[in-house]
Amino acid sequence: MIDSPDDRRGQLSPQLAMRVAVLGGIAFAIFGIIFFRLWFLQVLSGDQYLAEASSNRVRRVVVQAPRGEMVDRNGKVLVQNRSAVSIVVSPTRLPEEEAARRRLLRRLSWVLGMSTRPRRCDFGSGRTREVKQLMPLQCTVDQSIGALPYADVVVKADARPAVYTYLAEHAQQFPGVEIQDAWLRRYPYREIGAHLFGTVGQVSEEQLRQEKFRGVRGGTIVGKSGLEWTYDHYLRGQNGWQRVQVDALGRATGKRLAETPPVKGNNLKLSIDLQLEKVGQQALQKGKQLAQSNGNPANGGAFVAMNPRTGEVYAMGSDPSFDPNEFAKGISQRRYDQLMSREANTPLVNRATSGLFAIGSTFKVVTAAAALASGKITPEWTYNDTGTWRSGDQVRRNAGGASYGPTSLVKALAVSVDTYFYELGRMLNVDPAQHPRGGPLQAWARKFGFGRPTGIDLDIEAAGTVPDQTFIRELQDAERACRRRERVPDCHKAYLDDTWTVGDNASLAIGQGDFLATPLQLATAYAAIENGGTIVRPHIGMEVLNSREEVVDRFMPKPLRRIEIPSLSSIQQGLLDSTTQEGGTSTDVFAGFGKQVYGKTGTAQIQDKPDQSWYVAYVPDEQRPIVVAAVIQNGGFGAQAAAPAVRQILSQWFYGHPGDAVAGTSASY
Amino acid sequence: MSATPIKRSVERATRGPSRPRLLFDPLMLLATIGLVVISVVAIDGSTRNDVGGSLASRQIAYAVVGAILMVAISRFDYSRLREFKLGIFGAMIALNILPLLLAAATRGARSWIALPFFRFQPSELGKVLLIVALAAFVVDRYRRLGERETTARLMLLALGPAALVMVQPDLGSASVYVIAALTMLFIAGTPGRHVAGLIGLFSVAIVLSLAVLPAVGVNVLKPYQVDRLTGFLHPSSDTGVTTYQLNQSKIAIGSGEKTGRGLASSTQTSLKFLPEHHTDFIFSVVGERWGFAGAGLVLSLYALLVWRTLRLMTMAKNLFGTLIAAGILAMLLYQLCVNVGMTIGIMPITGVTLPLLSYGGSSYLTTFIALGLLQAIHVQARIAQGSKGRGLVLSQGMHTP
Repeated sequence: MIDSPDDRRGQLSPQLAMRVAVLGGIAFAIFGIIFFRLWFLQVLSGDQYLAEASSNRVRRVVVQAPRGEMVDRNGKVLVQNRSAVSIVVSPTRLPEEEAARRRLLRRLSWVLGMSTRPRRCDFGSGRTREVKQLMPLQCTVDQSIGALPYADVVVKADARPAVYTYLAEHAQQFPGVEIQDAWLRRYPYREIGAHLFGTVGQVSEEQLRQEKFRGVRGGTIVGKSGLEWTYDHYLRGQNGWQRVQVDALGRATGKRLAETPPVKGNNLKLSIDLQLEKVGQQALQKGKQLAQSNGNPANGGAFVAMNPRTGEVYAMGSDPSFDPNEFAKGISQRRYDQLMSREANTPLVNRATSGLFAIGSTFKVVTAAAALASGKITPEWTYNDTGTWRSGDQVRRNAGGASYGPTSLVKALAVSVDTYFYELGRMLNVDPAQHPRGGPLQAWARKFGFGRPTGIDLDIEAAGTVPDQTFIRELQDAERACRRRERVPDCHKAYLDDTWTVGDNASLAIGQGDFLATPLQLATAYAAIENGGTIVRPHIGMEVLNSREEVVDRFMPKPLRRIEIPSLSSIQQGLLDSTTQEGGTSTDVFAGFGKQVYGKTGTAQIQDKPDQSWYVAYVPDEQRPIVVAAVIQNGGFGAQAAAPAVRQILSQWFYGHPGDAVAGTSASY
Repeated sequence: MSATPIKRSVERATRGPSRPRLLFDPLMLLATIGLVVISVVAIDGSTRNDVGGSLASRQIAYAVVGAILMVAISRFDYSRLREFKLGIFGAMIALNILPLLLAAATRGARSWIALPFFRFQPSELGKVLLIVALAAFVVDRYRRLGERETTARLMLLALGPAALVMVQPDLGSASVYVIAALTMLFIAGTPGRHVAGLIGLFSVAIVLSLAVLPAVGVNVLKPYQVDRLTGFLHPSSDTGVTTYQLNQSKIAIGSGEKTGRGLASSTQTSLKFLPEHHTDFIFSVVGERWGFAGAGLVLSLYALLVWRTLRLMTMAKNLFGTLIAAGILAMLLYQLCVNVGMTIGIMPITGVTLPLLSYGGSSYLTTFIALGLLQAIHVQARIAQGSKGRGLVLSQGMHTP
């Protein structure tokens, strides 16, 4: 033991020595543990931690590939790209805590100038459907997360510099919010051809499951509708990526570690002729003006111009139109609803492919073909028109009460004698009990392509209706179901005791009644008259061009079928007479045109509204064959609104200028 | 005695107290200089891209001031400090109350006082002051060391200041006070059962304050403190701040592998994934930049320091010196263990700095004062050995060829 605590110490006591040794032992143990731990971390697991350090600082950033451009048949650019800055929310890097996330999205809403008032927000569909009240931005983000949990959400496609510089400077306060370079579509000709191109957007969950989008990664911009959708495979391009170094706050340090450049999509050459497209759109306006000068509301229209032998669509337009540039930068729901509303007259609908109309007298060529083919008439067969047609209790009259006397097929078409075709309708009628799908008239309407889509290379196309006994039955079923569901005595869809009658067939014979078709279907049917019976498949996509302007793919869809039209020349003669002979329904419209135009007016009556004005024509020019169909909604007589529009389109096609729009005077259907 | 120059110098050095020639323990000095150099280089590398620029020059300034203090202190006979024990203890208490008074005035909890040149942290300086005062108290009651009352009184002398420091709040320094006191009692010769009892008592207190009491709703510590203290036990349980820091530190050290990533590639440091890279996590910076080799070198230098201090405890000229050395050893070893342990994920986050390596004036000056005291003990031991003719026996291996 140490006896003295005083300054000078004697021998080192055993106890002190022992306790110092214990302390030394503890120190030794501590150093040992630290050494072994370091050995484990740095030598044994070093690789793993080095990898973690790399993944810490490196982030893979997708570089969006610009989509291919769309050019017209002469190489004029119709759809191009412009660079923009997008604000993107990366769900995996958002704060996990619900309240913090909401605060962040609220701040972001303020920066983006979006409302923070909760609104109705739908999730899922069917049985998993759920409705919440969320602010719009959170709704967008949560909906996207629900559909594709890890994909980035574009919350602002085209951010202003003030917005993205603010977000860049305050990146710390906006974790998970990223600023990305993006390509947006630009449509230099605005309303011209707006209905054809379609829209692009982030690939949806549903699309990812489709064969068409196999191999596409979440978040990729793909075609959503129109030509963008149809030819997405060619236009899409290959996204590139960069590996960038980021700091602990996730901010890029500007150092690029590796990159694969994006590959731009191939360009798509359309069969569209830009000038013709422009003139077509203007011609619709002209047709509307002419109709309005006659006191008709003329609140819309559509036209199709195509090559009757190949189905190449030269031009296709719908009025009213819209500016697709609005969609490119991300359209608000409110504006979208506005565009879809009846008040705005549904400018987003492509009336050329989706507008269903009664086509009136333009259908008469089908009736004629059906009657000739079934042997009911010959071209020489004559119907003595008294101005009135009777069948049982049915009494029908010609337009304006005119009577044309003895009428053969050619004359019937040229001056559009309704009674002649009523008579054919009667002849072609069959017992509905025996033939629920109708007789030769229905069969020939279907042969010409009515009642089913034409197969054009667009995503949306209406099929139309060829009415028959089955159609009436279906309407009646719907009426019964409606009455049960709504518990009302009458839904006004159909009379329950109705059946197919001679009157129905007579109405169909002149393109009235329940018959509905699109301008495109009509153009396709007349193409068959021009080309001798080939039902072509209309298409707008023509060629795929790579970056060196080489053609890598060419679209020449096979004709759908051939039909044998007996005495076709008589029908053609009738159409030619209608533009050239005295009394022809559009002779005055095409006076002095300089080319042989085969045309037919149509004036379809619709309940409680002015007639639809129709005109369809073809010119069998060997170099530049063309068929044009046009409709002016509620535009009155065909010769007065639609026919002048078609003349302008044909004039542009053959002479390079639209020329004057000459309104016809024919008050025939 | 032969007439070789070495022998003569030894003779001169050990001739008498009036002319001490061996001013320093050279190995301890080597370890000190080595660690300071590494510290300055590491701090320079890790802070040169920061907003305020490199902090290396400030650290050099602290080192220079510290070195002057160390040399000055080593010139004095530490034994005379016994006479000022009450003054030292009083000063320590006063220093530790100061931040509390300032905090009351400014309504903000701070453990530091803003001085013109740097933020002075009284609890740091308090460590050395407590060690010196406590050593004196222990020596005073040496004859009654076996009594339970002595153990209790001495322990309370440390626990009081520790409590003061804890509310500053500086949990790390508070624990240093307790550990240093415990070690000094143990070395002084307090009965083993007393020491064991104290250790048991502290263990129960820790378990109570970390686990039991919070569970029943009494929060001795602030929740973030509990989180930091227990975070290392479940490294992947959550993605909170604590585990983030621990993980980033482990990644930094691990990614250093055998020889380090070098300054330019030390991305954990340069891209700021590593928090507090120049203070609490400086060891991670060393580990990332110089790898196992660098971390091993740093540890070896500490080991050298610890070994020399242990050795000093056995050769001090009196118990006072032995106890001061024991207290300082406990302080250094504990801080090393807790700080490095934290960076490699085996110890809780306590905010204890790594002596001589971490950036910071208070820590640096405190450590240099402690090293000055150790050198003083060394010098005095040499002088005492010289006058008693005993030193040659103890240090024969060093000085004879």
